[in-house]
Amino acid sequence: MPTFVYMTRCDGCGHCVDICPSDIMHIDKTYRRAYNIEPNFCWECYSCVKACPQNAIDVRGYADFAPLGHSVRVLREEAKATISWKLKFRDGREKNFVSPIRTTPWGSIKGPAEYEAPKPGDFSSQELAHEPQSLNIEGGLPALRKDQLKQGVV
Amino acid sequence: MFTNNPFAALTDMLPANAMQIYLVLMVLAVFAGTLFDIVHKGSAKYFFENWRRSKNKAPQQVGGGDMVSLAIKTGLVDVLASGEFCNARRRAAHLLTMYGFVIYVVTTAVMVFGYPTPATPTPGILPLLWWIGGLMVCLGGYWFWFFIRVDVAAEGNSPLRFMRADMFILSLLGSVTLGLIWAYLQSKTSFGANVFFGLYIIATTVLFGSVAWSKFAHMFFKPAAAFEKRVSYANGSRSNLPGPADRPEQFGSARDQPRHY
Repeated sequence: MPTFVYMTRCDGCGHCVDICPSDIMHIDKTYRRAYNIEPNFCWECYSCVKACPQNAIDVRGYADFAPLGHSVRVLREEAKATISWKLKFRDGREKNFVSPIRTTPWGSIKGPAEYEAPKPGDFSSQELAHEPQSLNIEGGLPALRKDQLKQGVV
Repeated sequence: MFTNNPFAALTDMLPANAMQIYLVLMVLAVFAGTLFDIVHKGSAKYFFENWRRSKNKAPQQVGGGDMVSLAIKTGLVDVLASGEFCNARRRAAHLLTMYGFVIYVVTTAVMVFGYPTPATPTPGILPLLWWIGGLMVCLGGYWFWFFIRVDVAAEGNSPLRFMRADMFILSLLGSVTLGLIWAYLQSKTSFGANVFFGLYIIATTVLFGSVAWSKFAHMFFKPAAAFEKRVSYANGSRSNLPGPADRPEQFGSARDQPRHY
């Protein structure tokens, strides 16, 4: 189920408006608080939930993985570089998870613009961008040789 | 100009108690508007229902002494220092506007009730503080209006676009700006002073009379919400949020703050 905003907690800062990839978090004209203008278009990516400094946004999970009476809440702590999840079920069970936001230092991964532009000859090659290095296969791409096939068939 | 009581000179035109009655009516309008807002939206019903639900699910109960201490912390940090704001610019603008408004209103009340006529000379500090309060409201308010307002900063709308959510800040800025212009013109004994006094009264009446439709009542709601939030953190329910992570910082982040449009 899509995101919704607790209006009493929201202070209208606009972080969710900035971060929503679907461009559906906007500011209500009557109260100047955030709200989801088109729940049908919500990706439930949790970007707004994690970005909200007041933890004012919540998501109701779909019934196939989140049964009735559940609660799923996430807390992103940038200073500690962690994302914490707390799941509560109606029978009282609780599950808690803590993950790092990233496992590599900031700036250690090259962005697309930092790679060299492809040469014209690359487009006729079978290899995709950054292949074969990105496949992490030693000895090149696996290929089927004629002597591996049944003799007399091929 | 800065040491003249602008309300004392009104007795040429109005009886001395006219402004006093007006001030009392405005205070009553604030209370009536807030009560109507609460009853109409059912805010109190939902607030206490939420409070009861949080208390029932809480792992631990908060005692009376802790409640008092949380109330004091809410008053000092969230109310007096506007601690809930995460953005420094928003917080600074809010503090300027809030304290400016308080100084402006208190000095208005003291001058209107304590020194209503030229026969009761006003100490120079009062009009001076009135001007300072008014200028603080203008500084914080116009800064917010043109640069910090979320529909301008994050949505990219024109700063001159008006919507219902702007009723409070517009009427506040209108009232204070017109009041300062009136006081300036009056100190020069200009004819235009009466016109601006009329506009000032209209803007002030809109400000205090539109409480039921504007964000004015939030000055009472937000401290209550901040107190409820502190209690929910103290009793362990934390609105079902996970607790602070105990993992040490691993790789940090050099992410820039979001750059609004």
